[in-house]
This record gives sequence, C-alpha cells and structure tokens, in this order.
Amino acid sequence: MTHLSPHPVSAEVLPLGQRPRLLEMAGISKVFNGQVTALQGMNLTLDEGDFLSLLGPSGCGKSTALRLIAGLMRPTAGRILWNGPQSRGDIGVVFQEPTLMPWATVARNVWLPFRLRGQSFASVKGRIETALDLVGLSNFAGSYPRELSGGMKMRVSIARAFVTNPRLILMDEPFAALDEITRQKLNNDLLALKEKIGCTVIFVTHSVFESVFLSDRIVVMAARPGRVVEEVRVPAPYPRDMGFRTSPEYAAQTLVVSKALRRAMGEEA
Amino acid sequence: MSDPAFDADEARRARNRRIEGVARWALPLLVVLLTLWAWDWFSNSTQTRGLIFPEPAKVWARLLADRELLFGSLLVTLRITFLALGIAVMGGVLLAILFTQSRFAELVFFPYAVVLQVTPIVSIAPLIFIYVQDPLARVLICAWIVAFFPILSNTTLGLKSTDRNLVDLYAIYGASWWQRLLYLQLPSSLPYFLGGLRIAGGLALIGAIVAEYVAGISGSASGLAFRILEASYRLNYPRMFAALILIAVVGVLIFAATSFLSWLLLRKWHESALGRES
Repeated sequence: MTHLSPHPVSAEVLPLGQRPRLLEMAGISKVFNGQVTALQGMNLTLDEGDFLSLLGPSGCGKSTALRLIAGLMRPTAGRILWNGPQSRGDIGVVFQEPTLMPWATVARNVWLPFRLRGQSFASVKGRIETALDLVGLSNFAGSYPRELSGGMKMRVSIARAFVTNPRLILMDEPFAALDEITRQKLNNDLLALKEKIGCTVIFVTHSVFESVFLSDRIVVMAARPGRVVEEVRVPAPYPRDMGFRTSPEYAAQTLVVSKALRRAMGEEA
Repeated sequence: MSDPAFDADEARRARNRRIEGVARWALPLLVVLLTLWAWDWFSNSTQTRGLIFPEPAKVWARLLADRELLFGSLLVTLRITFLALGIAVMGGVLLAILFTQSRFAELVFFPYAVVLQVTPIVSIAPLIFIYVQDPLARVLICAWIVAFFPILSNTTLGLKSTDRNLVDLYAIYGASWWQRLLYLQLPSSLPYFLGGLRIAGGLALIGAIVAEYVAGISGSASGLAFRILEASYRLNYPRMFAALILIAVVGVLIFAATSFLSWLLLRKWHESALGRES
C-alpha cells in the first residue's frame, strides 16, 4: 500500500479553486488536413485532484482534446502548459476498448508501464498486486484477457492506468461499451479508487448521468467546430455512492447539465 | 432416458460426439486401407502385371531394401529444406520488420519480392545453376526463393495489424521503437507469422526438390529428387515410388510440426488455437 501512496497532493482533495495547478490549455486549436476544425480556441485549466468530465455530442473534439493532452498529436495553435517537469509515466490512459495485450496475463498487462521504463516484473510485483487488489482482480493475476468478461477487462485497463500512480489519468469513454449494471458498478469503483490514491482525472463521456455522478467539473462542448461552451460545477461532496445517485441533488444537477448540453446542441443547429 | 437432466436432444448430441470420436481416426484409416487395396488390385489387373506400376508390397520391400540409400538422400533433402526454411524465416522476418519501419523501404523493395514470388522457380533455377557454382548454395537459393515470400507477406501483414490503441498507449508511455517492436508488434504478428511458416515449410521442401530436379543427373546433390530421376533412368519403378512416398511423408511431417509449433505458441491466447467453448 505504501507504494501507491498519493502523489504530491494528499488523498483529501482540497476544495475546488484552492487546488494547485496541474496544467493549462491556452487557446488550443486543432485543424486536420488544413480543412476540418476539430477543436477551436479551447481554454482549460486543470488542478490537481480534479475529476473533470468532457461532455458533448460526437464530433465536439473531446477525444481530440484528450489526444492533445496525451501528447499523441500537436495542436495547430495554442499551448499546453504543465506545471512542473514532465516525465514518463505522468499520464495513465484508459480507452473505450480495454486495449489489453491478448498474449500476456493480467499481471503482465498491468506491468506494461513499468516494463517500458525498464523495471523488471519482480521489482514491481508488489505494486501490480496492490493495483489488481484495488480493482478487485487479485485472483485473476495469472488469467489471460480472453478469459475475462468485458467489465473485468476494463478493470485491468484501469489498474494499468493507475499502477504507476500518474499525475493525470485520461479516460476516453471507458464504460460506453458496457452494460448499465456493470457501468454503475465501475463508476462506484472508479470513485473509490480515486479517493484512495487522490489523482487527477479527465473523463470523456457523452452521458450526462455518468458525468454528474463522477465529476466535480463538467466541461460541456459543442460540435462543428469542436469547442468549449460552458463549465458546470458539481459541488456535491465525495464520497458519492448509491445514495447520491438517487438524491434530489443529483437529479437537479443532471437537469442543469442536460440544459447546458441542449444549449450546446442548439447552438450548433 | 427417464433422467430429467438428460433430454432426448442432449442424448442424441452425446451419441453424435461418441460417434465422431471413433470416426475421427477410424474413417481416415479405412480410406487408407481402401486406397492400398485399390492400388494393389489395379497394378495386378493391368497387362504389365505390376512391372511399371508396382503394387504396394513391392514398393514397401524396395523401401526396406534401399533404406540406407534412400535415408541418406532423405537427409540431404531435409538438410536443404530446413536450411532454406531457416534462412527464409530470418530473411522474411527481417524484411518485414524493415517494411513496417520504413514505408519507403517497402515501396522500393516490395516489387522485387513479388517478382521473385510470381516467377516460376523452374525457370529461374537454370540461370542460378549457371552463376552459382557451390552445389549446396545453388539448391539452397532455389528453395529460399520459394519459401521466403509467405513469411515476408504474412509477417508484414501481422506487424501492420497491431492494435492502434496499443500503439498509442506505447507512445504515451514513451516506448522506444525497439520496445514497441519487441513487446508489441512481434507478439501481435506471431499468429500471422506462424500461418506463413506453415506454408513456407511445405514450399521449402518443394523448392529443394525442384532444385534437385533442375540440377539433374549432373548435380552433385543426391537428394530424394535425384534418386527418383536416377531410378527412372534405371527403370527401377518401385524405388521411384518409395522415394516419392518418403517425400510425401516428409511434407506431412513438416506440416504437422509447424502446426504443432503454432498450437504450442498460441494455445493460451489466440482464437485460432482455442477450442469452441460449449
């Protein structure tokens, strides 16, 4: 457990607005092939401990924003400024697909970020076990991905993203392909996991309900061209559980976010 | 049948499984015996009474009588086949890696690989025999030309079919191209490579045999193809059959060995090696 102790920030996350800055996107635009504007003039600040959702219809550039932050492509205009030096393993990623290596066991899949830094399996075995324990898969370390259900594969993917204790975790619609029951369970587990290790998360989704349940900041985006329309804050305190999901507060927040999303869609029409 | 947990449908299915279990080996065996019988009957019923079409027993007797000669030749052919296959694997995989690392290398060299592949080896072989003097090298080159293409084309396909998200993930984690190749691209191309290997194994044998044929009686190699030619000049038909059977058996064994290797490497994770889950 000592290995997975929280990064610079303590597990008790400071209230919104008082958290130290993690990164800033200033005037980010991305134009593909000189023609298609995927993202236009995006300004965003991200603080340590934020759980920020990017919410919007398809084509609003939320995945593009994520890929830019991940460093998989360069912006056409604007800059992404990280607070403090950047190093390998600063970022963990969960894609919509579990994206596991089918030839490797669960434990060896989770080992990947360490392996690419040249750390032997034996030297990080304890951390891998802890990560698998946190996602409830300690009994499946030796299994192959094909032997797992869709939800379990996603848990492995999450464990792999968290195992190095990165400063930022990017999640690109990770639960979109799962059934509703599994999705709710994973939402709960994700919050519990974040609570334990106190990291920062950017979560791309097109589900209003998911974004309200998970995040304390929701950035609503619109399409054609992809841009940020407004930001909604969800002040409800963590930990959030099934009680929150059925509370009037939750219902009120989803209404606020739904309206914001409708405005974003309306602008486009 | 009164057992409620075992309905008529399930009983029928269980019976079918039992029948299939026996038929799986009994049927092929039966067909082999029938073929041998028909062969025997045919060679005895023709006017030549088995002179130019010897019956199975005669072929078998010849195989035993000539075993030292034939097995010596078998070893020669096997050596060339496996050497060619080994070089084909190395050359094919290295070229495939080059192709996937550099788009330009692929654009420049792929046409030559195709030309080598589509030109029949029998028509290239005589030229090779003019320019290459070393008896082993010339036969080896022929076998290699035939065997390397399936390795190259399959491995290239495999290296290119790597999961895009995994490639992104490796990039995010700052993997070097060497790490990406070793930990990601090579493992994910393994099923494709093994498919190519199965084809190349058979082709290496064919290449070796064809090269020996072209080398002809003057060739210094004395592999199985040479024995067939030699036996045909001497009207030793049983020996021709015996050598032919040895070649066929070797081909089947190579196929079985590569299939087994494929199963061994993929059984844990790849769809092709998994039984259907009931």
